Amino acid sequence: MIEERSDEEQSVEMELGEAAVIKLPRSTSLERAGGGLMVSLRPYYEGLIHFALFLCASISVVVTVGIVIVLLYESVQFFFDVSLIEFLTGTRWTPLLKPQHFGILPLMCGTMLIAGGSAFVAVPIGLGTAIYLSEYASPRFRDIVKPMLEILAGIPSVVYGYLAIVFVSPIIRYVFPSAGVFNAASACIVVGIMILPMIISLSEDILQSVPLSLRGAAFALGANKFEVTVRVVVPAALSGIIASFLLAISRAIGETMAVTLAAGATPKLTLNPLESIQTMTAYIVQVSQGDTPTGTVEYRTIFAVGLTLFLTTMAMNVLAQYILSRLGERYE
Amino acid sequence: MSSKLDIYTTKQRGRIINFLFTSACFLATITCVLLLLLLIWNLILQGKDWLSWNFVDSFPSRFPHKAGIKSALYGSIWLISLTALFSVPLGVGAAVYLEEYSPKTRWRKLIQLNISNLAGVPSIVYGILGLALFVRALNFERSILSGALTLTLVVLPIIILASQEALRSVPDSIRRSAYALGATRWQTVWYQVLPASLPGIMTGVILSLSRALGEAAPLIVVGAFAYVPFVPEKLSDEFTALPIQIFNWTARPQEDFHHIAAAGILVLLIVLVSMNAIAVFVRHKYGKKIRW
Repeated sequence: MIEERSDEEQSVEMELGEAAVIKLPRSTSLERAGGGLMVSLRPYYEGLIHFALFLCASISVVVTVGIVIVLLYESVQFFFDVSLIEFLTGTRWTPLLKPQHFGILPLMCGTMLIAGGSAFVAVPIGLGTAIYLSEYASPRFRDIVKPMLEILAGIPSVVYGYLAIVFVSPIIRYVFPSAGVFNAASACIVVGIMILPMIISLSEDILQSVPLSLRGAAFALGANKFEVTVRVVVPAALSGIIASFLLAISRAIGETMAVTLAAGATPKLTLNPLESIQTMTAYIVQVSQGDTPTGTVEYRTIFAVGLTLFLTTMAMNVLAQYILSRLGERYE
Repeated sequence: MSSKLDIYTTKQRGRIINFLFTSACFLATITCVLLLLLLIWNLILQGKDWLSWNFVDSFPSRFPHKAGIKSALYGSIWLISLTALFSVPLGVGAAVYLEEYSPKTRWRKLIQLNISNLAGVPSIVYGILGLALFVRALNFERSILSGALTLTLVVLPIIILASQEALRSVPDSIRRSAYALGATRWQTVWYQVLPASLPGIMTGVILSLSRALGEAAPLIVVGAFAYVPFVPEKLSDEFTALPIQIFNWTARPQEDFHHIAAAGILVLLIVLVSMNAIAVFVRHKYGKKIRW
C-alpha cells in the first residue's frame, strides 16, 4: 500500500485504535485493477461499513423509542375516553362486556398474585440450589446438574401452560376440592418452575464472585461451613441475589402463555390462589384472539394494559441492573 | 467443667445445623432435577401414542385423530428462517459496532443499558409493537412477514448480548497484531476477530433462535391463525406456528386434544433439543481449536 503512494495522490488519515495512525492513499484513477481498486476505495468502504454497523446498533434505540411511542400514542387516545383515575383506581375490569368498566386493579392484582406465588415457589428452591451448586457441589455434580437446568430454561412457556392444565391443576383440585379447573395456584407453580433456572444461574454467578479470601478468613476464625455460607458468603452476595429475584419476578410478570392457559380469564380482586383470575398479559392475548375492530376503546385497552406492563417490568429491570452495576464496583 | 460442656454442645449443635442446611440445599437441587424429569416423563406418557408420521404430515382438523401439525411445522420453519435472516446480520452488526468501533462514550453506555433492558421486556409487548407497526402501519397484514419481523425484535437483544460476549473473549493482542501488519479496522474485524469469535456467536444465535421457535405470545398478538389448512408459500401468506397450534389444542376441554397437544410438544422439544445439541457441538468442536 505504502509503495503505491505517489505525489499527486492525497492521503487521508485514518484513526485506528488509540495509537496507530496509518496514512492511506486516496486515488482518483479508477482504471486500476483488482486490489488496487479496493485500496483506492478503502477509506470510503471503511466509512460505509462503520456507518452500517452504527445503524445496526442504533436499531435497538429505535425499537425502544418505537415501543414507547406506539404504547403512548394509543394509550393517550384511550385516556381521552376513559379517565386515568378510573383506570388506576377502578376495581372492575370488563371492557368486553356491557356495562364497561376500565379499572386495571383486578388485572394488576392477578399479575401480582402470579408473581408473588411463583416467587414463593422459586425463591427457596432457587436459592438453596444456587448455594448448593456454588458452595457444596463437586465439579462433577455441577457438570451434570447445570445442563439440566439449561434444558429447564429452554422449555417454551406454552409447554408449561400445558403441564399446568394437564398435570398440576388436577393435583391441586385433588388436594383442595374447592379449586376450579383454572386456578392461579397451578399457574404460580409452573411459572415458579420457569423462573427457577434464572434465579439459580444468576445467584450462583454472584455467589461464586464472592472472593475466596472472605471464606478463608471465616474458616480461619473457626467458623464451620454453614456459618461461612450463611453469615459471610450469602450476606456478601445479598444485593446481587436480590437483583436476581427482581429479574425473575419481572419475568414472571411478563410471562404470558402459561398464565393464559392455566389461570383462567376472569379478572378478579382476590388473593386466593385457588380461584380463577386474569393477568395483564392474559388479557392482551384474550383481546388479540378475538376480532376487536381497530380504533375502538376495546382495541386500545391492550395498549393501555401493555403500557402498564411495560412500565412495571422496566422499573424492576432497571432497579435490578442498578443493583448489579453497583455490585461490580465493590470487589474491584 | 460446665463451660467445657457448653462448648461441646454448641459444637454439636453447629454440626447438626450444618448437616440440616446442607441437606436442605441438596434437596432443593434434587427437586429441580426431579421436576425436569417428571415434566418430561409426563409429556412422553401423554403424547407418545399419538406421535406418528401421519401426525407430522397432516393438516389441523376438528377431529383429533385426523389432526396434524404440517402447516404449523412449515409455519415455524418459515418464521425461524426469516427471523434468522433479519436478526443475525443486525444483531452481529450491532455487537461489532459496540465492541469494536464505538468509542467508550456516554452514548455507548446508553445503548448498552438500553439493550440489556430490551432483553427484559416481556415478549408480548413486542407483539403489541409488531401489531401497531408491521400489521397496521406498514400494512403487512397478519402475514408470515409480520410474524418474523416481530420475532426479530424479540431475539435481537439476546443475539446482540451473546455476540458481544463472544467478541469480548477475543484477546486484544490479536487486534493489535492485525493493526501492526497494516490492516484497517474492518479488515481486522472481518479476517481476525469475527472468525475467532464465530463459535461463541453461533452458539448465541442458535440459542436465541430456539427461543424464537418456542415463542407464542407475540405471534398471537400479531395475529397468527389457529386454523391454517395449507402450507404457506410466500411472505404475505397467513400462518400458524407450532407453539400456537399447541396452545390451541391445550385450550380445548376435550381430553384427546390434550394428547395431540402433548404430541405436538414432543415434536417441538425434539427440534429444540437438536438445536441445542448443535450449539453444544459447535461450542466444543470449534471452541477448543482456538487457543490464545
